[in-house]
Amino acid sequence: MATSGKQHTRLGEQAWNKMSKVNAEFFALTYGAMVMQLVQDFEDTAAVNAQLDTMGYNIGVRLIDEFLAKSGTGACADLRDTAETIAKVAFKMFLGVVAEVANWNADGTAFSVVLYDNPLIEFVELPPQHCELLYSNVLCGVIRGALEMVQMKVECRFARDVLRGDDLNEIRVELKEVLAEQMDDQYFEGM
Amino acid sequence: MAAPGQRLHILDRKIAVPGSSYAYPTTRDTRVGIVSASSNAYAAAGGRTTEVSLSAFSFLLSEMVQHVQARVTSIDALERRLEEAGYAVGLRVLELQQFRDKSVGKRKTRLLQALQWVSADMWRALFGKTADSLERSTENADEYMIHELQPITNVFVSVPPDLGQLNCAAYIAGIIAGALDGACFPATVTAHTIELAGQEANITAAGGPRCKTVFLVKFSEEVMRREAQLA
Repeated sequence: MATSGKQHTRLGEQAWNKMSKVNAEFFALTYGAMVMQLVQDFEDTAAVNAQLDTMGYNIGVRLIDEFLAKSGTGACADLRDTAETIAKVAFKMFLGVVAEVANWNADGTAFSVVLYDNPLIEFVELPPQHCELLYSNVLCGVIRGALEMVQMKVECRFARDVLRGDDLNEIRVELKEVLAEQMDDQYFEGM
Repeated sequence: MAAPGQRLHILDRKIAVPGSSYAYPTTRDTRVGIVSASSNAYAAAGGRTTEVSLSAFSFLLSEMVQHVQARVTSIDALERRLEEAGYAVGLRVLELQQFRDKSVGKRKTRLLQALQWVSADMWRALFGKTADSLERSTENADEYMIHELQPITNVFVSVPPDLGQLNCAAYIAGIIAGALDGACFPATVTAHTIELAGQEANITAAGGPRCKTVFLVKFSEEVMRREAQLA
């Protein structure tokens, strides 16, 4: 595992070096502005969390394309490989930070992505009336959307969040099912 | 404009959570902006990230625009909402940059100083470059124009015909308005798409953008009155 871990890190570095960059603070402020708009648009914090997840999902389905095209990673052998790729290559490539994989369950179907440094939460403090807000919930959606495009149906949730007083950010990812590749009905009709 | 009570506190420096095992780095990099691929930036910032990918930003902005678009009925309203979002960012950028500025007499009291600060210093901090040019309107004394060939918000955006004059740089226009307002130069700022003509078109002809964005800054009356007194 150790060697493959190193390989992921190297791939992540390579992919990151190829990307155009923007100022992380500007990114964080922009994200803050967006969350603020959601908070204004939806009364309910739960609805904001859901909307952030949906937005992340939309990003994820498109992001996987760019990821596969630019990262240089091949198909993942197993879920462990997938987890390492998300944490070491994908997070590095897009957000410039490396995450850790931890807390595998006994069956090997669920793991946690642990994020020590989250660029989204720069300058952020949750005001008391929004303490239920999952500020970085967009990340869960991104992972869910991206994995769904490679035939993996997963559930993602923020298990621990620095903004809510935890000591690190932990995204729990649970594999629900591996989708079978199948043709759309329209495809058969055309035959 | 955003009501103060509705803002999230996004400028407060984070306070380490008591009992947290993760110590936030205390040193920070004051040099911000788009720096070409630099592996040193991360180390120089004491392990703190100073950059994210342009793709991540573009994905985010795209979602923001789509969210707003679903809630408005006109292009104008869409741009106003983007400006609103930018306004809140502009206030914070001003505060952050002023806080880091170590120079003496940093408060800008003259109109041109403030504009130059926006088009050079703020621009460099946010986008890693200065604005392409700053011009004064020949017709109206209270109007200035900041030209930008390719605003960061428009890199991957192609506006469909049915959205006509939409320019996503309205977000940046909002930032300019917020920063100027924070510095006591209230102004209305709008983003306009201008097709390149003549010389400019030739320069950028090789695969470059065909349009540029002009941010029209129109200062309010009181600013012009004060400026006249100071002159």
